[in-house]
Order: sequence, then C-alpha cells, then structure tokens
Amino acid sequence: MYKYNDFDEAFVRARVAQFSAQVARRIDGSLTEEEFRPLRLMNGLYLQLHAYMLRVAIPYGTLNSGQMDQLAHIAETYDRGYGHFTTRQNIQYNWPKLPDVPAILSDLADVEMHAIQTSGNTIRNVTADHFAGAAADEVADPRPVAELVRQWSTDHPEFQFLPRKFKIAVSGAKADRAVIKAHDIGLYLREQNGKIGAQIIVGGGLGRTPMVGKVLKDFVSLADLLPYLEATVSVWNTLGRRDNKYKARIKITVHEHGIEDIRARVEARFAQVKPLFGGIDMAMLEEIQAAFAPPAFREAATEAYDRAYEADPVFRAWADTNLSDHRAPGYAIATVSIKTPGQTPGDASADQMRVLAQLARDYGHDELRISHEQNVILPHVHKSDLPAIHAALKDAGLATANIGLVSDIIACPGMDYCALATARSIPVAQGIATRFEELKLEQDIGPLRIKISGCINACGHHHVGHIGILGLDRAGVENYQITLGGDGTEDMVIGERTGPGFAYDEIIPAIERILATYLELREAPEETFLEAYRRLGMAPFKAALYPEKEKAHAA
Amino acid sequence: MPRPFTPKAITANALLEGDVIYLDHKGQWVRDLRQARAFTEAEVAEAALAEAAKDGMVVGAYLTDVKLGEHGPEPTHFREEFRRTGPSNYFHGKQEAEAHV
Repeated sequence: MYKYNDFDEAFVRARVAQFSAQVARRIDGSLTEEEFRPLRLMNGLYLQLHAYMLRVAIPYGTLNSGQMDQLAHIAETYDRGYGHFTTRQNIQYNWPKLPDVPAILSDLADVEMHAIQTSGNTIRNVTADHFAGAAADEVADPRPVAELVRQWSTDHPEFQFLPRKFKIAVSGAKADRAVIKAHDIGLYLREQNGKIGAQIIVGGGLGRTPMVGKVLKDFVSLADLLPYLEATVSVWNTLGRRDNKYKARIKITVHEHGIEDIRARVEARFAQVKPLFGGIDMAMLEEIQAAFAPPAFREAATEAYDRAYEADPVFRAWADTNLSDHRAPGYAIATVSIKTPGQTPGDASADQMRVLAQLARDYGHDELRISHEQNVILPHVHKSDLPAIHAALKDAGLATANIGLVSDIIACPGMDYCALATARSIPVAQGIATRFEELKLEQDIGPLRIKISGCINACGHHHVGHIGILGLDRAGVENYQITLGGDGTEDMVIGERTGPGFAYDEIIPAIERILATYLELREAPEETFLEAYRRLGMAPFKAALYPEKEKAHAA
Repeated sequence: MPRPFTPKAITANALLEGDVIYLDHKGQWVRDLRQARAFTEAEVAEAALAEAAKDGMVVGAYLTDVKLGEHGPEPTHFREEFRRTGPSNYFHGKQEAEAHV
C-alpha cells in the first residue's frame, strides 16, 4: 500500500492546523457561516438534518488494519459508535460536534487519512475496483493510477473552483465493478502492444440527468494519462455551465457540445499541457507503483477449506456467495457483508471494524477494501484460513451470506440523515431485506441488485439497479418510483421507470410482486432477473404492479 | 392572489452541536418544537426570522409550517417530523434525548 511521504504528511497536517483555526474563528464569531461553509465543505464537513456529518475519504477504497482501527476509535470517541460506508468508498460519521472535528481530522492524519475534497466543486475522492490487486480477471492494478490522480487532484490550483463536483473512477479488470461509465471520467486500464494504458470514458453520471459515459479516447498511454486528464478537466472547467448548477456537470457539457467537439478541444489542450509535465508524473507513478507491489502470497495446502466446505453447510453457503476468484493460487477474495437483513446497509459498529482490522492483520496481508456496494473486502486471504475467518465473522454478526442477492441492497442515508433527501431509503432497504429473509426466497431468486436513493441525486445508484427505487416527496408524502433493467457494469444501462410511484407502505409489496412475476416467468432457475427482464420486457412486471390499470384496459 | 399565511415556527441548527433548534416566545433557542413560538402573522414572522438569522451561534434559520396541537406546535411535513424526532434506523437524536428526561 501507498505510504505518505514527507510532503503528504506535511500537507495533511497543515490542513488540519488551518481548519482548526477556521473552526475556532467560526466559534468566536470572526467568521460568518457564509464565510465558513465553503471552508468546512472543503474538509468534508456537512450540516445535515440532525447533526453535522463528516465524510472521510478512503482513497480507491483501500485501507490497512491500523486505519480501520482508527476509524473505530473515531466512531467511539466522537460519534455514536458506528460509521457508514458509502457508495463512493467513503466513510461518514453522522453525529460529530463542530468543536471535535479538528481532533477527528488530527486522528485521521495520524493514520494517513483525511477528509479533503470529499465535498465541494472539486475532484472528489478517486474510486476504484474494490478487488484491485487481487482479482483474477485483472489486467493492471488500478490503485497506482488512482493514487497518482489523488495526488495530482488534491489542492490542484486550477481545479478548486470547478463548475461542479467531479468524480473519477479507475478499473483495471475485465469486469467493471466500479460503475466506471457513471463517472465524470472513468478509466479502463488496458494492455495494448504489451503496454498498459487507459481507455478514457467521459460524461457518465446518474443524478437528475442519468447518462452512460462515452469513449473520449480509446487508448492513452500511462505517460500521457495525467496530462490527458488535466486537458479534459481543463476544457470542462472553461466550458462548464456555471450559470445553471443542474447543467454544470461534464455530462451536460459533452451532451451539449457533442463528443467530437470535446475530443478536439481536449486534444488541443493536451498539446499545450503535455510539455509542462516533463516526465515528473511518470517518475511519481513509478514510486507509487513500487508501493503497491503484491504481498508475499504463501503457498500452502487448501484441505482445511475443502473439509469445512464439505462438512459445514453454513460455511458452504457463505463461501458460495461471498468469495471471488483471486489471481494467486490457493487464495480467495472474501467479501464481508455489511447488509445483515434488518440492519442499515453500510453501517459497521466500532467493534465490527476492529474485528475486520484484526482479521486483516491475522489473515489478510493487512489489507481491507470498501466497495461502492457498501461492503468490506478482505482482498487476500488464503483458503486454508477461511474457516477461521468465517467463525470470527459469525461471532461479530458479519457472516451474512448474501453478496449480490436480494438483501445486498445499496441505500443512501436518505431522509433519516441527509438534508437533500426527499424521502427515506434505509427503512425501505431494511424492510425488503427482512421480508425476503422471511420468505426464504433469496437463494432461489439469485443474483439481483436492488439500489435505493432518497432523492434525485442518486447517491444510491438507483438508475443502475436491476431494480431501482427512488424516494420522492409527492405533495408532502413519501412516494417511491421503481425502475427496472438498470445495469452498472461495463454494459451500463439506465433502468426504465415502471409507472406511477408507490406509497411508503406499498413499496415492499410492490417489490414482492415484481419478484413473484420473475419467479413465475423465468425459463429456468439459471435465468437471472436481469436476463428475464431483458427477454420479457416491462409488460408482465407492469401488469403485476398495476393490476387495476390492466383491468381498466381490458374493459 | 397570495396564499393566506399559515402558522410558522422558526427553526435552525445549533452551530456547535448541529442539532435542531426552535425559537421560543422569549426569543431563546429551545430543542423541543412544542415549546416553539408559532407565528400567525407574516410580517412578524419575517421580522423575527431576520433577527434570529443574525445569531452567530445558529445555522440556516428558516420558517417552517406548523399546526397548533394540544401541546404546542406540530410539524405539517414529514421532513420536519424527522427533524424533531431523529432517524428511524436508530434510537438516536431528539427521541433519545427525550427518553432521558
């Protein structure tokens, strides 16, 4: 993993000192709220419905056990004993008090973490495939590029007052696990003629105007990558619609100008900025790459795993759903579900964080990952250790075997916390998960991505859920719209709306009707919900959702 | 034609704690909506809001619709119901504070 150098350390410490002074000046009245607000947002501090919220970056979702322990310490010392992992690989604390925030940032700096640029109109925390460095289908580890982008974008003087926020994601694998095409810029690392480079996707996004990202350039070598990114952000920084915040994102700029025009402008700008880099970016990348050298994988027998798999059905169910293929022989990637039915998706208690940190130390080469799906990953575990890991997870209430199934729901904080929300998300997720656990249908239904957002901004990625749920305020009442057929992978598709929304107490029965229809109409258990939807189209699901309308139609 | 003025309370978040507060009859900030002053005249409400917003120890003061209940003002919108209660997934926030009284 990347270790802070003296520059990083000094920078983060200086920022803590600056923000501490700013907080003090706000409290003593020297700064008005109007003056203070942009300063606190630059440091990830929001004011939400019931309290402040501090959003801490977990760059490209990677952290070590010491960092996870510190997140637990912060949760216990300054908050309510838990933290919320988000769809952007951040962790949010929902209850900090303003005077404590400088101390929290200082504690974060102690473990090489910060909350810089987790808000505001800047380049935000860079996200990546959560299986980075471990996945069997990986072409190149996306983390060195992501770290290079983090360093370049942090406090970048040209990009502190962008037209709007800007999100970059990186994947280095065949399968897209990082929703690359829903980002302002997405990078697919590729190999061409024995050299690694990136396909550049631009103008993707969810929110009010969901768009699938388009290919800006098919292949950019690593040597050209940073200047090319700088050129792209620079073009948008000039063209972006500062007159209208709803049209300010790069997806609208690309839409309005056309990809050809944007590409031509980026090429022209690239020609100007490329010489200014002078190779320093590649020297830095090389240093960073060295820090991400793979751990010393051990060679050992896997009989212990095979025995447990044969003997213990609970372990077998967990292994079947929560393990993924690792690139090293004898190893597996273990996804720890933070989605126990009935619990808040993505919320981990301080005790659970400590258990995860200990497991990473004992069995996981000291590495952990946070997924945009709000789960925690032990990326490098030897199969022979999995029975012990599973037992420890069981004791901590973390052994739920539901990855990629009905109850593995993405949900934003919604109106239980968020000042922007128009309806609640969390209780809907809890309700769906609990209901399908009661029905014992989860395994039968198979792979399914349900994603819930509590407002149009789509932090819960509802547009790319196989089933998406969007909570709205309709005439002073919570109302939930459903979309079907969304897909957040490399074949990204925006889901289609079924029709009128459902009241809070109708939404869970509505989801049940959709899934009952799927179970009835699928060709075989192997046909997934998404495949069945693509074959059948909207009609049968609509009929199940709006029976009265159908009757009226027939009459 | 302008809509008739409906009763309003003045609410904000406290600067230090960040929690929800309301302006009471004495012009003090309180943490319970039932103790808030309900304004029935637009001009009086606007003037009180302008004054309240000058308080450096509060953030984002605004007027919110209330109805007059038996024990004092009550919210008319679910967002304000959550603000005066706390989140629905944990017993945190105002609901918890109230339980400790």
